[in-house]
Amino acid sequence: MSYPDDLAYSREHEWVRMDGSRATIGITSFAADELGDIVFVELPEVGASLKQFSAFGVVESVKAVSDLLAPISGEVVEVNEALRDAPELINSDPFGDGWIAVVEVTDASETDALMDAAAYGQETA
Amino acid sequence: MTGSTATDELRHTPLHDLHLELGARMVPFAGYEMPVQYESIMEEHRTVRGAVGLFDLSHMGELEVRGAEAVAFLRYAVVSDPGTIEIGQAQYSMLCDDDGGIIDDLIVYRLAEQRFMVVCNASNRFAVIEQLMTLLEDGDLAAEVEDRSDATGLVAPQGPLAATVLARLTDLELDQVANYHFARGEVAGIECIVARTGYTGEDGFELFCDASRTRELWKAVATAGAGDGIRPCGLGARDTLRLEAGMPLYGNELGRDTNPFEVNLGRVVKLEKGEFVGRPALQAVADAGPRRKLIGLQMVDNAIPRAGYEVRAGGDAVGTVTSGTLSPTLGTKIAMALVPAPLAGIGNEFEVMVRERPQRAEQVKLPFYRRPRD
Repeated sequence: MSYPDDLAYSREHEWVRMDGSRATIGITSFAADELGDIVFVELPEVGASLKQFSAFGVVESVKAVSDLLAPISGEVVEVNEALRDAPELINSDPFGDGWIAVVEVTDASETDALMDAAAYGQETA
Repeated sequence: MTGSTATDELRHTPLHDLHLELGARMVPFAGYEMPVQYESIMEEHRTVRGAVGLFDLSHMGELEVRGAEAVAFLRYAVVSDPGTIEIGQAQYSMLCDDDGGIIDDLIVYRLAEQRFMVVCNASNRFAVIEQLMTLLEDGDLAAEVEDRSDATGLVAPQGPLAATVLARLTDLELDQVANYHFARGEVAGIECIVARTGYTGEDGFELFCDASRTRELWKAVATAGAGDGIRPCGLGARDTLRLEAGMPLYGNELGRDTNPFEVNLGRVVKLEKGEFVGRPALQAVADAGPRRKLIGLQMVDNAIPRAGYEVRAGGDAVGTVTSGTLSPTLGTKIAMALVPAPLAGIGNEFEVMVRERPQRAEQVKLPFYRRPRD
């Protein structure tokens, strides 16, 4: 499986797209496929502080409840409101319309603890 | 009786390889490796509601009970009265212990005057056999029990188009096979028991055949239904379908610590039929009224209730969710829960604790979904 080159990936199957001091985060296509039909997303609140690799929300498929683990630390400045009514966007477009939140990043060097697309591809092979 | 082996190895149904070929996601279930989904639980669910889905249920237990006093034996062993059904008819029943606790729920099919097929949950197969064998040994009724589970395949086309698809493969007059009845005959040249039973809330059939012909039977039904959008369905869809239809699942709604009256199935218990296992305890429950009651909940707040979540009323912990899901058909978040009987009432307000937060729910009628009938 191949993954977008411009993202960084965590072992917990979240992705980060850096844009200046901000980062958009979401879950990978691999995680979305593993979960199956996603029917509910509990989003963080705007203003919430995320800590890298700690839980910041919940995603539920028909059968399972899973924590969302932040791939990077920061303060939430925007959440994907569309997921409240259409959580299936995470299945249909995990790297695009299925994004989860935008954070103001605390420490950009935390991306050193993440993988590039090739490494993540090997991780999930 | 076949003993369970000491290994942790999962058993396979005759369709195991086929599931892998179809790309199923396999999970451990009741000692078997079973398909939980093929592509999408939601799609599989909708296929059964709108067209026809195909299930492999070969893991389920099939026991044959026969002998000169088979009727008398079953009337004593189970809570219903299998003596009242005709040959070719089926009956939902339960096996209870002396305390009235549920050992398993069953469907009893009358094959002949003194011969029955008893279909039980895979997870309870050995408990059911043990109970029946103990009752046989302790009593003096002329009957015997044979475990036919491994020799029997079970393929279930379920959904509004199930009869249309099946009619292409058999000379049996399916209109003559009413709900909870069965006929014997060939399907695609394979000798089957064709039963109009199921666990989805839709019209549908359960086709019992010799285990060696299960794959051939599955392929024939899948091919006959291809133009109608038939698709293989896994245990995930089976669970959401039965939950919408308000059907209890052993291990969730049913167990040794629940009795039939608590789960709204008192009508299954025939107290007037004479002596049977658990009767004194069940009579006492019937007289006093059940302490707890299984209710339907629909969430008011936006959260999905799940099995095991605490149920509160007026801030106090009062019960537990037994099953819960997002209903694919209704789009609402639904649950069944066991609560103290005095608190039950349509429209009553409860809270379900979801990740330590109370989420409002309202009691609604069961079942959540009832199929349209013409």
